[in-house]
Amino acid sequence: MATQYGLLFDVTECVGCGECYTACKVKNGLKEPKEDFLTDHLSQHTYTVLEDHDGNYIRRMCMHCADPACASVCPIAAIVKTPEGPVVYDGDKCMGCRYCMQACPHHIPRYEWHSNTPVIHKCTMCYDRVKNGEQTACAEACPTGATLFGTLDELKTEAKKRIAENPDKYYPEVYGMTEAGGTNVLILSPVSFDQLGLASNLPKTALPQLTQQALDKIPAVVGAGSVFLTGMYWLTKRKNQISKEKNHAEGDLK
Amino acid sequence: MKSKIASLFTFWRVVGGLIVISGLYYTYIRFTQGIGAVSNLSDVSPWGLWIGFDILCGVGLAAGGFTICAITHIFNIERFKPLTRPAILTAFLGYVLVVVALLIDLGKPWNIWHAIIMWNPRSVMFEVAWCVMLYTTVLFLEFSPVIVERFNLQKLQSILKKIAVPVMILGVLLSTLHQSSLGSLFLIVPQKMHPLWYTPMLPVYFYMTAIATGFAMVVFESYLSSRAFGKELELPLLSTCGLISVSTLGIYFVIKMTELALSGNISYIFAGDFLANMFLAEMLVGVIIPGAILLSKHRRRNRTYLYTGIIFVITGFLMNRMNVGVTSISVYTGTNYFPAVGEVAITLMIVVFGMMAFKFAVKNFPVFSADH
Repeated sequence: MATQYGLLFDVTECVGCGECYTACKVKNGLKEPKEDFLTDHLSQHTYTVLEDHDGNYIRRMCMHCADPACASVCPIAAIVKTPEGPVVYDGDKCMGCRYCMQACPHHIPRYEWHSNTPVIHKCTMCYDRVKNGEQTACAEACPTGATLFGTLDELKTEAKKRIAENPDKYYPEVYGMTEAGGTNVLILSPVSFDQLGLASNLPKTALPQLTQQALDKIPAVVGAGSVFLTGMYWLTKRKNQISKEKNHAEGDLK
Repeated sequence: MKSKIASLFTFWRVVGGLIVISGLYYTYIRFTQGIGAVSNLSDVSPWGLWIGFDILCGVGLAAGGFTICAITHIFNIERFKPLTRPAILTAFLGYVLVVVALLIDLGKPWNIWHAIIMWNPRSVMFEVAWCVMLYTTVLFLEFSPVIVERFNLQKLQSILKKIAVPVMILGVLLSTLHQSSLGSLFLIVPQKMHPLWYTPMLPVYFYMTAIATGFAMVVFESYLSSRAFGKELELPLLSTCGLISVSTLGIYFVIKMTELALSGNISYIFAGDFLANMFLAEMLVGVIIPGAILLSKHRRRNRTYLYTGIIFVITGFLMNRMNVGVTSISVYTGTNYFPAVGEVAITLMIVVFGMMAFKFAVKNFPVFSADH
């Protein structure tokens, strides 16, 4: 398996300058960067935003789950988890069922509601750059190192190290280690995650397992079902035949 | 008296016509200005009335097709035979209309065929897509003897007769998968759906309630056709359908309540909030009231009681699907989606199309004829 990449966002390092927001807009050719960027929200024109939660700045963006619900639910595999980690989407394949939006535990995918050829929009972790060994536009633009690009293993080690070295500075967990089975975007925070508006009621296991448990039963249902139905057909038909013959026989006797 | 009936008939025609015109208008807007122009769907509530009602309810209401087929052609219970054709017809029309609704709801419906070549077997939606495609074909095959008979094509008739049993078995299997998979769709949102509805048992519950509703629909159709054409199926048969329907719901009710008790979520029922009341209403209308009416043999054999009970079953079923598909998620996550006029207009148009098609078929093909 290829090396997995990810991002580490350290809330305590972020000064809320918005360079990541602007860099993302420029890199993806998205229109209208807002002067007052803290009031912007995710949309088809915005793949990452900064939110101010009582002086703590948090980035909202696709978390690039280890086993993404969006990719598992897409009936035609228009969304896939790449071996390098980024979760990417192919608008030409998409038929627009929007199951990815329904399934995403982080409320990330955005849709073109006023288009006749609508597609999904979300952060791609600059897959075209990552594929070529470059870092993401947001990480490159970050002046403080609050958004750090690296291999997922390195980032996990780094995150744990920071908590161990400065236990007073951080909430004692890394967001993204276990949330919905883990994510490639990790978050370090001085406060609990729900105070930053992050989804904090997620199961620790990957969400696709929940649907997989149902899908796994299909072969058994089909197998047992066909045997049962065929058997019942044969049995009841035979039974009807016998009772008919019996009626005939009785009729003959009379 | 006669002119009164005639004017009533015209009244409903006018209403139907107005519904279709407004539905077509909103469909035009939807295909020229996007889904957002006619609906309240948004990034926080990507699924709404069209999925909750047109798809989830539509497929469930079509469940009579497979339950009756199983009884008449697989369990070979002869006395149910008169129910077969109306049940298959409704199921087929139901599925065609579900596809129509899907074509409106999908963002890029012209890509719908992608599911045939771009596979993702991990997706419940992929399973749903294949079930819709295959089962609609099966339903057409199941209904085709009626068309073939009408035009007296004897060679085709004998071929269809030969493949009838395997086709029926396939139909029951596909329906089982499809009805349950609509419940499985929501297994992926454990943190978004209220615990009174979210459970790993969703596919089983969807299946059971679909079976109950399938039988209820057979009775309901007989009622409609008795009013429209004076053709009605015999009462003892219909009351047996009513009994099967509420018995299935009774088993569902016991399992559902046991499961809520075991998971500790049962206390949510008495929380007194909006969703708790929706749950109580759903159970009261869909299970308890029809159960109280139809478990009595005396009342079941009474036409008025039977039809009343059945209408409760169907209403409760619609409430359940709307609760699972829309309300339990939108209220729980605080998005508070409510359908827009355009969404309602398009949905009503599809319902009217269904009624028109059913009427046309019953009028022109031997659907309610006794011997086949």
